[in-house]
Amino acid sequence: MIVIVIAVILLVAALILTVLQERGTTGSSPIIGGAPRGMRAISLPPSVRSAQGPRFWTEAYWAANWKTLLQRFSIFIAYALLLLAFALASPAFFTWSNHTNVWFSTAAIVVMSLGLILPLTSGDFDLSIASVMVLSAMMVAALNVWQGWPVGLAILAALAAGALVGAVNAFFIVYFRIHSLIVTLGVGTLINGVVIWFSKSNTISNVSFDLAAAMYERVFLKVPNNVWYTVIVAFALWYFLEYTAPGRRLLFVGRGREVARLAGIRVDRVRAGSLIACSMIAALAGVMYVGMTGSAEPINARAFVLPAFAGAFLGATCIYPGRFNPWGTLIGLYFLATGVNGLSLVGLPSFIQDLFYGGGLVIAVTLSQIVLKRQQQNF
Amino acid sequence: MVPSNVATETKTGTSKADVPALVFRHLSKSFGGAKALDDVEFHVDRGEVHGLLGQNGSGKSTLIKVLAGYHDPDNGELEIYGRRIPLPLVPGEYLKYGLGFVHQNLGLVPSLTVLENLIAGALATKARWYIDWRAEAERALETFARFRLDFDPDAIVGALPQVQQALLAIVRAFEEIRAGAAEHGTPGILILDEPTPFLPREGVERLFELIRDIVSHGASVVFVSHDVDEVMEITDRATVLRDGKVAGVIGTKGAERNDFIEKIIGRRIDLFTTERVDRSASEVTAHVAGLTGGPIANLDLVVHRGEVVGLTGLIGSGYEHVPYLMFGARPASGGTLALNGLLLSLPAMNPYWAVQLGIALLPGDRQGASGVGTLPIEDNVTLPVLDWFRRGLGLERRGMRAGAAALGQAYEVRPNRPDLNLDSLSGGNQQKVLLAKWMQSNPDLLLLDEPTQGVDVGARQAVFKAVRAAADQGLAVICASSDHEQLAAICDRVLVFARGRVVSELTGNNVTKDRITEQCYASATLQG
Ligand SMILES: Nc1ncnc2c1ncn2[C@@H]1O[C@H](COP(=O)(O)OP(=O)(O)OP(=O)(O)O)[C@@H](O)[C@H]1O
Ligand SMILES: [Mg+2]
Repeated sequence: MIVIVIAVILLVAALILTVLQERGTTGSSPIIGGAPRGMRAISLPPSVRSAQGPRFWTEAYWAANWKTLLQRFSIFIAYALLLLAFALASPAFFTWSNHTNVWFSTAAIVVMSLGLILPLTSGDFDLSIASVMVLSAMMVAALNVWQGWPVGLAILAALAAGALVGAVNAFFIVYFRIHSLIVTLGVGTLINGVVIWFSKSNTISNVSFDLAAAMYERVFLKVPNNVWYTVIVAFALWYFLEYTAPGRRLLFVGRGREVARLAGIRVDRVRAGSLIACSMIAALAGVMYVGMTGSAEPINARAFVLPAFAGAFLGATCIYPGRFNPWGTLIGLYFLATGVNGLSLVGLPSFIQDLFYGGGLVIAVTLSQIVLKRQQQNF
Repeated sequence: MVPSNVATETKTGTSKADVPALVFRHLSKSFGGAKALDDVEFHVDRGEVHGLLGQNGSGKSTLIKVLAGYHDPDNGELEIYGRRIPLPLVPGEYLKYGLGFVHQNLGLVPSLTVLENLIAGALATKARWYIDWRAEAERALETFARFRLDFDPDAIVGALPQVQQALLAIVRAFEEIRAGAAEHGTPGILILDEPTPFLPREGVERLFELIRDIVSHGASVVFVSHDVDEVMEITDRATVLRDGKVAGVIGTKGAERNDFIEKIIGRRIDLFTTERVDRSASEVTAHVAGLTGGPIANLDLVVHRGEVVGLTGLIGSGYEHVPYLMFGARPASGGTLALNGLLLSLPAMNPYWAVQLGIALLPGDRQGASGVGTLPIEDNVTLPVLDWFRRGLGLERRGMRAGAAALGQAYEVRPNRPDLNLDSLSGGNQQKVLLAKWMQSNPDLLLLDEPTQGVDVGARQAVFKAVRAAADQGLAVICASSDHEQLAAICDRVLVFARGRVVSELTGNNVTKDRITEQCYASATLQG
C-alpha cells in the first residue's frame, strides 16, 4: 500500500512542478487581437561527433579526471573506513541486522532531505520541512487513532496538509518576495505550535499496524521496505533533475534567475512548484515516521532540521560534486547515521549524535574542498 | 606626486629608462591538459600603452588573471619595476605594486552600492576598524567629479546600466593605481581587459584621454581589445598572442590595420560586407506602435522580413532599452506590437510570452542575464529548446550534447567541449555560445543587444555572416549597438536615437561607420 502512496505522491509532486511550469496561461496574456498560432514543429539538429575529452578509462582519462573521480566517490571510501574502524572496535557493529536497523531508523530523515533538494536547487531554503514532517505524523496518528479514519484516508489528508503548507510558503516567498529563510523559519515554528496545541502535548500510539508492517517488513534482500522507499524517492528525483525539462529549468532558476527569466521560463511558478513538492515529500517522511515508530509525539521538530540539511549539503560534495543530488544525499545520510551508531556502540553518550552530524558535515565538506583546491562552491 | 616618485626611484639606484615596468618570462599555465599560456614573454615599458591582442581564447585574460593573483601559473618569472616578484601572487597583493585592474567581467559586486564597490580594494587589504562612511562618500563624490561623472554613491551597482558599471570599474582601477602611487612611490600600471565593448564611442574617448593623462605622468597601461582601430589609436606597441604563444610584438607606429589582423589570426581575411537590400516593400514582421517605457517615449518602429535594423545613439539616448521593452524584460508603460498577425499589448508582455510568440533576445549582460557560468555549455545552449529533446517522459541527454556540439562547430566555439562549464570558455567564445543558443530556436524576430562585444575579429565575421544568413532566410533582426562598425557591417537600416526618440534614419549607402558616428554627434548637438 505504501508503495502506492509513494508513487502517488511522487506523481503528484512531478505534476505540480510540471503543470505549474508549462500549462495554462499567465493571468496577463499580452495578446489583445488576432488568433494564437500553433507551436512550430522543429526537428532535431543533425548530430555531429563532438570534440570530447579523453576516452573513457584510458590512461589519459585517469590522468585528467582522477581528482574528480576521487571526489565523486570519496563517500564510499569514507564509508568503508568507517565500517572498518568500528568493526575493529565493537563486535556488535559489524552485523547485517545492525546496519539494516540503522538504515531503517534513518529512512524518514532521508526522504525529507531528498525533498529539500528541490527548493535548494531552485535557490530557496525550506526550514519548515521538519515541522511538516511532525505535523503529518501527528495528523495520521490523530485521524487514525482518535477519529477512527482508515489509515489510507489519514495519509491523504496529511499529504494535502503538506501541500498546503508548501503553498503558503510559496505565496509569501514568491508573491511578496520575502526571503525563504525568514518565511519558512516562521511558518515552521508556527506549525510546531499548532501541533503541540491540538495534541495537547499527548503522544498518540497504536497507529494502524498495516502502516508499521509496510515499513519494517523485509521483502527484498532482507532490507526493510522503508529503506527501499528512500531508494525509490531518490531514483525518481534523480531522474527528474537529470532527465526532464522541468528539472533542468529548476537548475537554471537556482543558478541564474535572470537568465532563466529571459529564456522565457516562468521563474515564479518554478519556485512555487519546488516549494510545494518539497513540503509534500516532507509530509511523506512524516507518514513513514509514524509507521516506523507506531506512534507520533508532538516533539520539537528542530532536532531534525540539521540532519536534513546536513544530508543535502554533504550530498552536494559527492556523486555529482557541486550540485545537490539525490544519490549523494542518500548515501551521505546513511553514512552519518552509521557513524553515530558506531559511536554509541563503543559506548559514547548520546550527545555524540550532534557532534557527529555537525562535525561530520563540516569535515566532509572541507575535505572535498581540499581535493578541489578550494574552488568557490556553486550550488 | 609624480616628481617625488622619480626621486625615490633614482635613490634606489635604478635608472628610469631601461627598467621596464612589467616583465613576464617563460610564463605558462594550463587548464586540465590544455595550455592557455605557453612560455610567454611580455614586456611593458614605462610610460607606454601596451596592447595585448589575440583571438578569443588565446590567453589574454589568463595572463592578466595571473597578475591579479587569481590563477597560479605553472611556470614563469615576474618583474615589476625591476623587482623580482615571487609567483604565484596572493589575491590583492597587486595593490602593493601599484597595479590596478579592470577585468573582462568588470569584477563588481552587483548587490552592493557604488561606494562599497569603489572602496572594496581598500577594505579588503587594510585593517580598518572604523569606516567613516560620510567621509568616504564625500571622497567618492570628489573622485567622480574629477572624472566628470555623475554617480550616486548609494546606488546599487546591479541596477545601473552596463555603461555606468564599466565606468565605475574603470574609475576604481584608476583610483587604485593612484593610491598605490601615493603610497609606494611607483608610477603604477593600469591593466584594462577589454574595457571598451561596454562603452559608447564618447566613453571610449574619455577613457583614452584618461589613459594619455596617466601615461604622461609615467604610468604604464596594458590594453586588451578586439577593436583594431582602438588599438592603433591608443597603443605604442602591442604583443599578439596566438594559442597561448607570443605570435609577435608590433610597434604601432608605421603598422597597418591588416598587419595587426594578420598577426592575430595568422592569415589574411576578407572583412564581411553586406549587400544592403531595400526591404521596405517586403512583408512586415513586427510593427511597434507608441512604445513608451524607461527613457523611450512613443516609439514607432517597423521591421520587415529579412531586414536587419540597427539602433544606436549616445549614452543616455535610451536606444539600448528598446529590445528589452519589446521582449517584456523591462516594463513598458504603453504601446503595442503587431507580430505574425497578432496584436500584442507591450505593457502586458513578458519573456515567457515573447518566447512563445517567436521572439528571441540576446541580452548584453553576459554574466548576469545571458548565460549561467557555473553550468555546462550543453545545458546553457539547450535551455530555450528543451522541448526538442523530449523523449517520452524524459530528455535525451546524448542528443542535447550532440546538438550543442553541432552548434559549437557552426559558430567556431573553441574548444568545442559542450560538457565544460560555460565559465571555462574565454569571453568571446562564451558570446558565440550564447548567440548560438538563441539563433538555433529559429525565431521570427531576433533582438540583439551588443551581440559581438568581446568577440574577436575573425569570429566577429562569422557572427555577422550567421546573422545575415538568418536574415536572408526571412528572420527580422533588431540590433542595439554602440559599435558603429558592426552596425555598418550588418544593418540594412540604422536608427539614431537621442533623448528616447528617433532623430535620424540612415538607409542604403548612408549606412557607413562614419555616417553613423556623425549622426550620433549631430543628434546630440541638435537636441542641445
Ligand atoms: N577556469 C578555466 N578552466 C578551464 N579552462 C579555462 C579556464 N579559464 C580559461 N580557460 C581556457 O584558457 C584559454 C584562454 O582563455 P582566456 O580567457 O585567457 O582567453 P582570452 O584571450 O582572454 O579570450 P577572449 O578574447 O575571448 O576574452 C581558453 O581556451 C579557455 O577555454
Ligand atoms: Mg578575455
